Amino acid sequence: MTTATVSGNEFRKTLRSIHIPPVYFFLILVFIAGGLLDQFFADGQIFKNQAIMLNIAVRSVALGIVAVGQSLVIIGAGIDLSVAYTISITAVMSSYIMQGKTENVPLAILGVFAIGALIGLVNGLTVTKLHVNPFIATLGTSLIIKGIINATFSNYTGSVPESFQYFGYGTIGPVPVSIIILLLVVLGGWFLLARTKFGSHLYGVGGNAEVARLSGVRTDRVLIGAYVICSMTAVLAGLFLVSQMQSGAPWVGPNGVYDLNSIATTVIGGTALSGGKGGVWGTLGGVLIFGVLETVFNQLGVNPYLKTVLQGAIIVLAVASYTIRSKKEAA
Amino acid sequence: MNEDQNMIVQKKNTELEPLLEVRNITKRFPGVVALNDVSLKFMPGEVHAVVGENGAGKSTLMKIIAGAYIPDSGTIYLSGENVSFSHPQEAQLQGISIIYQEFNLLPERTVAHNIFLGREPSKFGSLDIRQMNRQAKEVLKEIGVEEMISPTALASSLSVAEQQLVEIAKAISFKAKVLIMDEPTAALTYTEVKLLADLIGKLKDRGMSIIFISHRLVEVFDIAEKITVLKDGQLVNTVNKKDVKPADVVFMMVGRTLDHYYPPLGKAEDFGEVVLKIKDASNEIIKDINFELRKGEILGIAGLQGSGRTELAQALFGVMPFKSGTMELHGKAIAIKSPTKAIKNKMGFVTEDRKSEGITPRQPIRDNMLLTVRAIQSLFGPILKDGIRKSPKLVPMLGKQVDIRTDSFDREAQYLSGGNQQKVVLAKWLASDADVFIFDEPTRGIDVESKASIHDMIRELTKRGVAVLMVSSELPEIIGMSDRILVMSDRKLAGELAAKSSEQEIMLMATGHSNTNIKNTALAGKE
Repeated sequence: MTTATVSGNEFRKTLRSIHIPPVYFFLILVFIAGGLLDQFFADGQIFKNQAIMLNIAVRSVALGIVAVGQSLVIIGAGIDLSVAYTISITAVMSSYIMQGKTENVPLAILGVFAIGALIGLVNGLTVTKLHVNPFIATLGTSLIIKGIINATFSNYTGSVPESFQYFGYGTIGPVPVSIIILLLVVLGGWFLLARTKFGSHLYGVGGNAEVARLSGVRTDRVLIGAYVICSMTAVLAGLFLVSQMQSGAPWVGPNGVYDLNSIATTVIGGTALSGGKGGVWGTLGGVLIFGVLETVFNQLGVNPYLKTVLQGAIIVLAVASYTIRSKKEAA
Repeated sequence: MNEDQNMIVQKKNTELEPLLEVRNITKRFPGVVALNDVSLKFMPGEVHAVVGENGAGKSTLMKIIAGAYIPDSGTIYLSGENVSFSHPQEAQLQGISIIYQEFNLLPERTVAHNIFLGREPSKFGSLDIRQMNRQAKEVLKEIGVEEMISPTALASSLSVAEQQLVEIAKAISFKAKVLIMDEPTAALTYTEVKLLADLIGKLKDRGMSIIFISHRLVEVFDIAEKITVLKDGQLVNTVNKKDVKPADVVFMMVGRTLDHYYPPLGKAEDFGEVVLKIKDASNEIIKDINFELRKGEILGIAGLQGSGRTELAQALFGVMPFKSGTMELHGKAIAIKSPTKAIKNKMGFVTEDRKSEGITPRQPIRDNMLLTVRAIQSLFGPILKDGIRKSPKLVPMLGKQVDIRTDSFDREAQYLSGGNQQKVVLAKWLASDADVFIFDEPTRGIDVESKASIHDMIRELTKRGVAVLMVSSELPEIIGMSDRILVMSDRKLAGELAAKSSEQEIMLMATGHSNTNIKNTALAGKE
């Protein structure tokens, strides 16, 4: 046996122990396909341009942050349709409170996180205590927030001070602050899921709530926690978007389709919609796939509807491939 | 050390202070009184079996003790102190641990995560996974299966029996004073049951009080010291094992004796022509299947867990179709590639797993019964409430035939007891007018009385000229029912035995002619 094969085996072993989510295989495919399109139609200008590459990541930040929260809720066998309007209410309320003044920033941040916590709490309580199906419960919350926003604001409201734009546009060295925040959120989500009791219990509740309950898990608290965290991530995404746009608009959430896209990227990432299985690293892969598609298509100036068609196809293909894989494993 | 413990046990026993006592427990569910004024004492260092038919209230009583249900009235005393639990966690913290009848593992989580769900060891606010795996290994070692089951394996990768062992490990890891086992042996093979019996002996010596629920009376008599019989939510009696015989207990449970348990076997003149003929058939799992099934006979399929007996039933019905070989139905070559095709060719399949394959729990009983006839009806035909156009009063007729105990056929099937659910499954296939029936564990986990009436119905079917193939892990059932016995071993047919063969003969064949395993079956071989 030569050293090369030993280290090769070792390498394979470590690879297997890391458990790279299969979504990254799709990401690579999308990346290659994007690169080929770029070669043919834009002489490789897109992929050579570092700024554009960085832009893929920045474009992914808002979706990435809220998708982490959505992943938690879905792992708990729930779903949160209220994230888009939570983002909207965050954007308008924070910019309204700030009114372009730096000294108002702490109050604004505190205010929107309080609103987020309240939304999450209402979602969680409706699902766990009133036993309303999470799809319906969060759809209801979503409509309520929408009504409140539409009754109060109709256009850009207030503005954010320049200091706050650091969140959206600042850099530390060459790295945008927003990307660091996204990575911190993903790391935080991973830590919660893989390294805390809360995460372990959440997998239990999502896998089989009765099993978890009979094992002594306080299932309601765990689920409520997941909904609150999810709303908090929506608030963070809203803050990021408003710092980029400089003023809050009521349509920012629904225009970005953050509700359905966060669900789609979570599912592409390998998290089971039925709960109990999945993780945030996969979700990040799903988010990056959407980011690559978005950027390539924007730069090439292709009809944006084609992008939507591709997104749809990828969702179906990804989920089908997981189902087939798990069936094979079962046999 | 061991002597000290024994001393303590003896001391406690002489004082006759119960470790756990329930007094005057009553629990009502919509429409039924599940438990009516039940009082019981459980002593330390004692195995106390609770038996009764399904619906007798055993599981309800256990769930009340474990804090999963709250009783309507009555009190619980633990070591003489009045306790009340509003959540299972509270009972666990007081030292009451339970292994439930239904499987309670999370398939996508590791063994260690499953064992410590709800009380994971943590350090500085984060999970201590290394510690958790180590503790899981210790617990698995305690029950002697650390070689077989790794703490980091996913629960879904384990066999049914291994999953059951993980549940036992989980229950033991609570360091409980009272351990409740609700049908712990239903999925285990004889060797594993023996292992469990040894383990129970060890736990007993530590002064634990063990409450053991089982439908297998043989095991009850082997393991328990005291036996309590419940019937219709009432306490019938608590007896010492040494004072009674199994027949006495059955009499207390149902009011009749064991002799009438199985209907008489078929006679040679009852058997007609060959209905089903399988030659050299194989699929991904089972290999080289050859047999014939005759009209009017019951062909029993025996084998150990994992021998492929369930897979054989599934292959025949097109769930996991054969990939090679030939199959003849009524003398004509046929390939059953899907359950729909099987139904169209008048085959019926009564499965082991009622919850996931047999009934649709949230639909009314009547719709469950009509599932098969509607499946082969044309898509746009009229839907009748009680049947089909050809026989519009099918549901009440079937209900009477299989003797379902319910106030209304509109009741959702999930609210029936296990025995009655199985009768619904049976009715569903009777409705389909099938002439080849495949039964996979037709009476697993159901009460003695329902069992007997299902056995009667199966025999009744053969008198109508139906051919029956019956897979079962319970040797008494195989021997009591089969006109011929096929034995599977290692995913192949090991051979055929005549009616009334002994358990030893079957086990010899099932274990591949090894003599050593026979001793382990002593536990199950008494009946």
